Amino acid sequence: MARLPLPARRRSWPVRHPGDLAMHGIAGLAAAGTILVLVLLTVQVFRQARPAISRFGAAFVWSTDWNPVTNAFGARDLIWGTAVTSLAAVLAAVPLAVAAALFLTELAPARAAAPIRTLVELLAAIPSVVLGLWGILVLGPVLAQHVEPWLGSTLGFIPLFSGAPSPAGLLPACVILTIMVVPIVAAISREVFLTVPADLKDGAYALGATRWEVVRGVVLPHSAAGLTAAVILGLGRALGEAIAVTQVIGGTAAFHASLFGPADTLASRIASQYQGAVSDIQIASIAFLAAILLVFSLVANVGAGLVVGRLQRRRLGVR
Amino acid sequence: MTGREASPLSGGARLRRRRAASAGAELLSLLAAFVAVAVLVVVVVSIFLKGAGALSVHLFTRTPVPFGETGGGIEQALIGTAELVALATSIALPAGVLVAVYAHEFAPAGVARLVRLCLNVLAGVPTIVVGILVFTLMVKGSGQSGWAGALALSIIMVPLVARGSEEVLAVVPATLREASLALGATRARTVLRVVLPTAVGGIVTATILAVARVAGETAPLLFTSSIAATTVNTDPQRPLASVALSIFADSESPDPHAHQEAWAAAFVLLVFVLAISIGARLVASRARGGRLR
Repeated sequence: MARLPLPARRRSWPVRHPGDLAMHGIAGLAAAGTILVLVLLTVQVFRQARPAISRFGAAFVWSTDWNPVTNAFGARDLIWGTAVTSLAAVLAAVPLAVAAALFLTELAPARAAAPIRTLVELLAAIPSVVLGLWGILVLGPVLAQHVEPWLGSTLGFIPLFSGAPSPAGLLPACVILTIMVVPIVAAISREVFLTVPADLKDGAYALGATRWEVVRGVVLPHSAAGLTAAVILGLGRALGEAIAVTQVIGGTAAFHASLFGPADTLASRIASQYQGAVSDIQIASIAFLAAILLVFSLVANVGAGLVVGRLQRRRLGVR
Repeated sequence: MTGREASPLSGGARLRRRRAASAGAELLSLLAAFVAVAVLVVVVVSIFLKGAGALSVHLFTRTPVPFGETGGGIEQALIGTAELVALATSIALPAGVLVAVYAHEFAPAGVARLVRLCLNVLAGVPTIVVGILVFTLMVKGSGQSGWAGALALSIIMVPLVARGSEEVLAVVPATLREASLALGATRARTVLRVVLPTAVGGIVTATILAVARVAGETAPLLFTSSIAATTVNTDPQRPLASVALSIFADSESPDPHAHQEAWAAAFVLLVFVLAISIGARLVASRARGGRLR
């Protein structure tokens, strides 16, 4: 174990020497700083949103207005846009990422697994603004010309797939977010799968189980909590992405049930209007959007963090 | 071994079905890994092709030109990004390492756990909200500045540096610490003279990966360091331009020349980010004995 002192001695610490006191104090301050930043984030966002919270109350969440002229604001369409894009991204990314992680841990020879893993994780290194540029100038037109007409003609009876194709809209946002979520879910799933005890797997193989049966009967059940955390973290990433979504979603005040039409999400509305807001109540309303986003991400990350934290501690060799 | 049915170990139709299901699942997982890699290749190659075509020397030596004209560059943005990232790193590197040292060397287990949870939560906060925080703290009233942008970037870097550093502190052998303490060194001296020098390679790797991440960050800069800066500026009291924001602004523009500039800038940014991400991983893997991480 990396941690130094024996438990009995541990109690006499932190400090006996002035240098130790100083070091402990400075490092402790830095750690307190990270906690302070989280507290400040919450306080500042909610303080800025207060005028909108007291004026619109809970009705803000289901009101469809967004009118800077009459100062009537509501988040329903943005919550819809956020929910559709992030859920679609997670639904598409999770099976792909989990299957790829299974390939890396259960199937691929070590020599092949390492470079493939690096390539998958490099996806996360592409800056979101670059991915967004690709999304609006390359992906959007391809979807509008080839994919959306085909979806419209085969599935057009569902409102989601009706309407005129357009290069900017919900569909390219879903695809871009999927690309962003895959490396996150793949990386965490891989770590989770690596923690499955080899004894359990060997036991199942010895009983004559096939590879798939070992995965289904041993690996996946053992990894359920970790996979849930991976999905939540992927969802959190998709919910909060502002820049790439702003670039591809088309940013509109109008509501479209169709995936093809332009829309907006919580994060993209913040990115596009926070700075140009004309009234105090509009700024407060946008801060309200940020508050909704922040609450979602805090809940998701604390939940996932408790699970991932256990993995992390195991890797760090601490309790 | 005349026929399949003759051997009791070869199984019947049921075993064949189970084997087929397993082979199918294996094929699907292979396919998934292939698709994930293919997406990277498609996106990167397509950006490289578009970007290489739009690249010119002017990109590095000139500032933007008015709407509709050609021949502009993003010199101010390259300088701005370099300065923003340098300032952010100078805040986040010491802060992140100190947090890691506190969590791994000093804090009681419960507190360390809380600090780690906070780092994980902070890493997951939408970066646009970090931009709002810094806006309310520093920009409101006094205006945008390079410092505000650097602070926003450093808030994003700290959890990356701290988590990466703690992973390295964890692999510093306990025997080194014990030897130092047994020689009478204080705990602080042990950390400064034994633990950190041993871990320095990994800390550098974590920092480089964090630099790669924030070099392309746009959302935290949107409200904090100007989107409209078109002249070269190195004074962090005033807004600094950045490559990421230039790409964002250009991609929102209806001007096709701006799109060309965005592709060229995206090419430069992507080459930088991918090169240092791969480089850091290679160095780290060599240090760890050839295992690519």
